Amino acid sequence: MKRIGVFVCHCGINIAETVDVKKVAEEVSKLDGVVFAQDYIYMCSDPGQALVREKIKQEKLDGVIIAACSPSLHESTFRAAAEEAGLNPWQCEIANIREQCSWVHDDRSRATSKAIRIVSTMVEKTRLNESLEPIPVEITKKALVIGGGIAGIQAALDIADAGYKVILVEKDSSIGGHMAQLSETFPTLDCSQCILTPKMVAAGKHRNIELMTYSEVEEVSGYVGNFNVRIRRKAPCVDWSICTGCGTCMDRCPAKVPSEFDRGLSTHGAIYIPFPQAVPNKPVIDRDSCIYFKTGKCRLCEKSCEIEAIRFDQEDEIIEEEVGAIITATGYETLPVLDLKEYGGGDVPDVIDGLAFERLLSASGPTSGEVRRPSDGKVPKEVVFVQCAGSRDPERYRPYCSKICCMYTTKHALLYKHRVHDGQPYIFYIDIRTGGKGYEEFYHNAEEDEGIVYLRGKVAKIFRDGEKTVVWGTDTLTGRNVEIEADLVVLATALVPRESTAELVKKLRIQTGPNGFLSEAHPKLRPVESINSGFFIAGVAQGPKDIPETVAQASGAACKVISLFARDHLEQDPAIAWVDEDLCGGCRICISVCPYDAREYDEEKGIATVNEALCEGCGSCVAACACGATQQRNLSDSQIKSMVTASLGGE
Amino acid sequence: MFEPKIVCFLCTWCTSAGADLAGTSRLQYRPNGVNIRFMCSSRVDPEHVLWAFHEGADGVLIGGCHPGDCHYQDGNYKTQARVSLLNRLLDDFGIDRTRLRLEWISAAEGTKFARVMNEFTEELRSLGPIELAAREMAK
Repeated sequence: MKRIGVFVCHCGINIAETVDVKKVAEEVSKLDGVVFAQDYIYMCSDPGQALVREKIKQEKLDGVIIAACSPSLHESTFRAAAEEAGLNPWQCEIANIREQCSWVHDDRSRATSKAIRIVSTMVEKTRLNESLEPIPVEITKKALVIGGGIAGIQAALDIADAGYKVILVEKDSSIGGHMAQLSETFPTLDCSQCILTPKMVAAGKHRNIELMTYSEVEEVSGYVGNFNVRIRRKAPCVDWSICTGCGTCMDRCPAKVPSEFDRGLSTHGAIYIPFPQAVPNKPVIDRDSCIYFKTGKCRLCEKSCEIEAIRFDQEDEIIEEEVGAIITATGYETLPVLDLKEYGGGDVPDVIDGLAFERLLSASGPTSGEVRRPSDGKVPKEVVFVQCAGSRDPERYRPYCSKICCMYTTKHALLYKHRVHDGQPYIFYIDIRTGGKGYEEFYHNAEEDEGIVYLRGKVAKIFRDGEKTVVWGTDTLTGRNVEIEADLVVLATALVPRESTAELVKKLRIQTGPNGFLSEAHPKLRPVESINSGFFIAGVAQGPKDIPETVAQASGAACKVISLFARDHLEQDPAIAWVDEDLCGGCRICISVCPYDAREYDEEKGIATVNEALCEGCGSCVAACACGATQQRNLSDSQIKSMVTASLGGE
Repeated sequence: MFEPKIVCFLCTWCTSAGADLAGTSRLQYRPNGVNIRFMCSSRVDPEHVLWAFHEGADGVLIGGCHPGDCHYQDGNYKTQARVSLLNRLLDDFGIDRTRLRLEWISAAEGTKFARVMNEFTEELRSLGPIELAAREMAK
């Protein structure tokens, strides 16, 4: 019989407060085959791991169970420790008595008895575990980065600089993302374009980066090191290989389309480049707005193009690529102003959002950097900025803090004062949050020296009265209601995940959290990885953050990819399906249920086999097998049955 | 009070991760279930469920990814088909089919996991223990 050791972790008080860890060790030591059981305060610490190693040798253990936190945290830690002591890593199992026991129950005696059952269940599994060897797999040393904002650009550049190939996919026709829309950035007031565009150009020119703009990921299959990706290259209706980006076609186009880049504050033709510094600097035709596509007549752009680059009949192209790792950096949207009805969303023309105000401030924006309001083009003399518009409002909008609004609103008010010296900015805020290098100083300077009026409280209602936009709010510090007849109102709307990200995560099969942002493998210790291996995350797609944090996270994700690619090969989990040839009747049900074509039929032997390179270990064919010939390594039917029995034992 | 015993077969990618999230969010729920983690809910053989009832379970929860979200493409659809068949078997054995519960719980749905555990425990309490004869048949 196997000699099994059980190590029960206190996790400080995280487990020990609710679960009687000594009793757990004592009770499980009575189980058949358990020759050693001990509790310890921090099993994952160095001395904790040393204890495991020492006891494996001393007690000649051939199976160990660590009763501690979720296996997603420390399974690999303890398997490595076991291996160091000469034990096969697949003889080490985790019993999750923290996330799935001590943290979710408060009745000490019941939590303790549940913990005993959890550990007993894993003892049963371990009793029948086989020693396995990882299956080596090749790595395709090429990365896919999805999203061409600052996060995607930074990640792509870092990986490319390390000498690996990168495909950078962007759904719009140019890379740059939201950062390209910004005027100046807090707290240094660097011009956003000036710091971003050199990076855009570098990404566009890098010999290791293949830019695929106006493209979207259609399908992803495979696994870490070996993903197959299908990318749809949308038809720009322009042959980019010959187009020089001269812009004549755009001048000739008679259509008027609101510019998404300028937040609807300007228009462009149906054939357009979103902004002058675009990379690549090539136009696309918006088929929904193109007069030729709508009426069959026009083709003025085609006539104006001397090199004949216009292709009305161009079709989308599907490109298949093999990559070894995928970084998702798809960024964010802002909560539409239209959704905020009480703030006049959609009804009051002089209520705009922060990104629109960025465009008004930008030297390359629709007003060439002069602050002019949308309704009549007048320079506003009183501007109200409303923070937390849709953020920190769990009842109606988003529960979370959008993190960047305190800082960018202060920046907006300050830049407004720099443009309109006799203007008066007001900021309604709930709290001012200035966590960041130089942020508090920036805010204090604005508050003390720039004449910005800060009003602590929420705005109740915004409506139009003649030319004025009236703001009703409360100043909670004085307890008085405030009415401001403003010329312009700027809402710091909540940052929200892109709608298209929800579609994308289904294709990638990675997780999002309750608010739709991408989930990291661990909130503190693995912030740039998805729980699914080979997938990495960066930027606001993971949660609201500012530019320095985004860039740091992108470089972090890139570094993870580089360290993956620096290895000779990867190791695949060997806990996959296998066939008992004597039992298999050759019915081939397994072949029909396998999603990976990993089950094959051996004509000669008349049995079904498993292609180990393709099997992902889901166990679907094992459950389908009528005669029990197919089993899963280290999760056989007999293991499961004894686990079930153990899970029901005791009180 | 009658405390039902529940065996929970959870897929590792969605429901077990959801149960972990319930933990990190410190949501409190009834301690009547013990989780057995599979890679995919489609590893659950109907035999495992019947075995659980035979061995004394008052309820069995199978937790998988939402339709369309399966880590293994379509494992959860197979699970659903197997559960439908299993329901008819349970009828034959005289085991109330509500004692087998299939839930789609994502990694983001810690609150749903906690709610399901509480609801299921309450439902099983009102159903009471399974007849001994039915348990024997489940073998």
